Amino acid sequence: MTAVLTEKGAPPVPADGSRKPPSVRRKRRERAFDEVPRWQIYLPLGLYLLFTLVPFYWMVLFSLRPAGSTSLVPWPMTFDHFEKVWNERSFSVFFQNSALIGVFTLICTTGVALAGGYALARFNFRIKQGFMLALLCSQFIPGALMLVPLFQIFKNLSLINSPLSVVIAETVFQLPLSIILISGFIKNVPYSLEEAAWVDGCSRLQAFRIVVLPMLRPGLIAVGSFAFVHSWNHFLFALMFLMDQDKQTIPVGLSTLIGADSVDFGALAAGGVISAVPVVIVFAFIQKWLITGFSAGAVKG
Amino acid sequence: MASAVAQDSPGAPPGAPKKPGSRRKGTGLSPRRLPYLLIAPAVLLMAGFIAYPMLSVFYYSLQNYNATKPWRNGFAGLDNFKRIFTDDPLFWDSLVFSGKWVFTEVTLQLALGLILALLVNQTFVGRAAARALVFSPWAVSGVLTTTIWLLLYNPSTGVGRYLADAGIGTYGSSVLSDTGTVFWAAVLAELWRGVPFFAILILADLQSIPGDLYEAASVDGASRFRQFFHITLPHLRDAIILSTLLRAVWEFNNVDLLLTLTEGGPAGVTTTLPLYVAVTGFEAHDFGYATALTTVAFGILLFCSILYLRLSKFGGDHK
Repeated sequence: MTAVLTEKGAPPVPADGSRKPPSVRRKRRERAFDEVPRWQIYLPLGLYLLFTLVPFYWMVLFSLRPAGSTSLVPWPMTFDHFEKVWNERSFSVFFQNSALIGVFTLICTTGVALAGGYALARFNFRIKQGFMLALLCSQFIPGALMLVPLFQIFKNLSLINSPLSVVIAETVFQLPLSIILISGFIKNVPYSLEEAAWVDGCSRLQAFRIVVLPMLRPGLIAVGSFAFVHSWNHFLFALMFLMDQDKQTIPVGLSTLIGADSVDFGALAAGGVISAVPVVIVFAFIQKWLITGFSAGAVKG
Repeated sequence: MASAVAQDSPGAPPGAPKKPGSRRKGTGLSPRRLPYLLIAPAVLLMAGFIAYPMLSVFYYSLQNYNATKPWRNGFAGLDNFKRIFTDDPLFWDSLVFSGKWVFTEVTLQLALGLILALLVNQTFVGRAAARALVFSPWAVSGVLTTTIWLLLYNPSTGVGRYLADAGIGTYGSSVLSDTGTVFWAAVLAELWRGVPFFAILILADLQSIPGDLYEAASVDGASRFRQFFHITLPHLRDAIILSTLLRAVWEFNNVDLLLTLTEGGPAGVTTTLPLYVAVTGFEAHDFGYATALTTVAFGILLFCSILYLRLSKFGGDHK
């Protein structure tokens, strides 16, 4: 399963290269798909869209309408909730912490996974099978069950209350999937290209940088964004390993708003919108690579 | 496949003008050692922060280790395990709830995700936008899901109030504090976030089915239902088996949502096993017992995973 779609929606070329001249066959097939009546697509899709979008709308609505309003449209509009959450509830600090942890997790995960993925894709070595097996097995270890021993380890390393503990924990649990993903992407770069670069006098590292790396861009973007989004969203590690209020991350900040005695729904909604913005931007950016990334061998190894 | 392997060919080109041998040997960059060097950071990290904690879990599970009762700390043998199986109704309750939660979530997410993937795999106007929108909850965190659904569920300003205005349901009903409705309320919130995962994975796999198969089938007069059951489903089989298993582990592990949405309540009816472990470890400070619970949970998970792969004949020659 190595089909990588270069254009969105284009059918992958069969591996044996037996693709027929497109014109006739393409047309007939598309007509066959077109037999699905339009309403059978739009009706269920519309219903599902409603289920997806109403909750988002509800949050935006609460964040923009004045406290006490029951209007179903955010008018008159107010930004009081955002101001309150950002300044009084120190979401500005949480935002910075989350961004910092997210970026470092991204860098560590992509760097380590790139090295490991390259080794898996390009070499035969003695412990390769064992390493693969360890990567796959670690997918089944629930991170939540590892909290207690991890807490002990970070305590021994005096890393409790340091963002480094969260970066390490996030990186470690992101690694296995990232390595498998990246090695899939590297396998899709023809080895002969690298060899050609060596013949031209490049060292292995140079060949990697000049030939392989540019072709890995979609893969690196997918893996990097997974790592960032995951660490941005993750709640437990920060909750357990960070003690001080001013070191906390956005999800923990949100959970304190949820846990408040009398929940301020406007502030909660505004906090939610703030926490969603970076992820939505990243998602809009990687959406078209997402499906490609999984096709390239995430699940199938 | 074979072409992607650097067998014993030296890393340097034979005719290269630069001194190929010397530098590589000097810095340990020989093709022999290079792969080990490359996986070293990953191996070290995983050994230190996955393998070692796993082993320490097994060690602590045999100890009395309670921060609030330090005078009792020491070797406990199998006492913790005896307590789990014979004297801890909370363990059984949380285990049963975990099973119910995982089964419900994975089944419903798979069914809806499959339908959704089939829908957005069709050609229609606005497909790209529809895909982006229906997949978007995938990127939402557990705590944010809680935030959003709390806004929807709360009795005073949530959806219930507007439904009551329209004559559906009653005012002031709180689905999250009623033991009868809380399960489905949590399930719905998690579905909202979880369905896109399956839809994305299945869509990726759908696109690798050669269109010729469908063409041949429709020439032979097979209905779309028959095409689905004889072409689509067999092709998706392995992807479905693996993604359901990954998802099941993930849902078992999912503490974020339940911890913040229901806090395991009301009256403990939504406490999953990992939530119970976390509470035992961090609120009751009973590390020894918490690690014993972890060991048991891990064993159950491993057993179920292997059983599932066996029963589903994963990777079998079905094509």
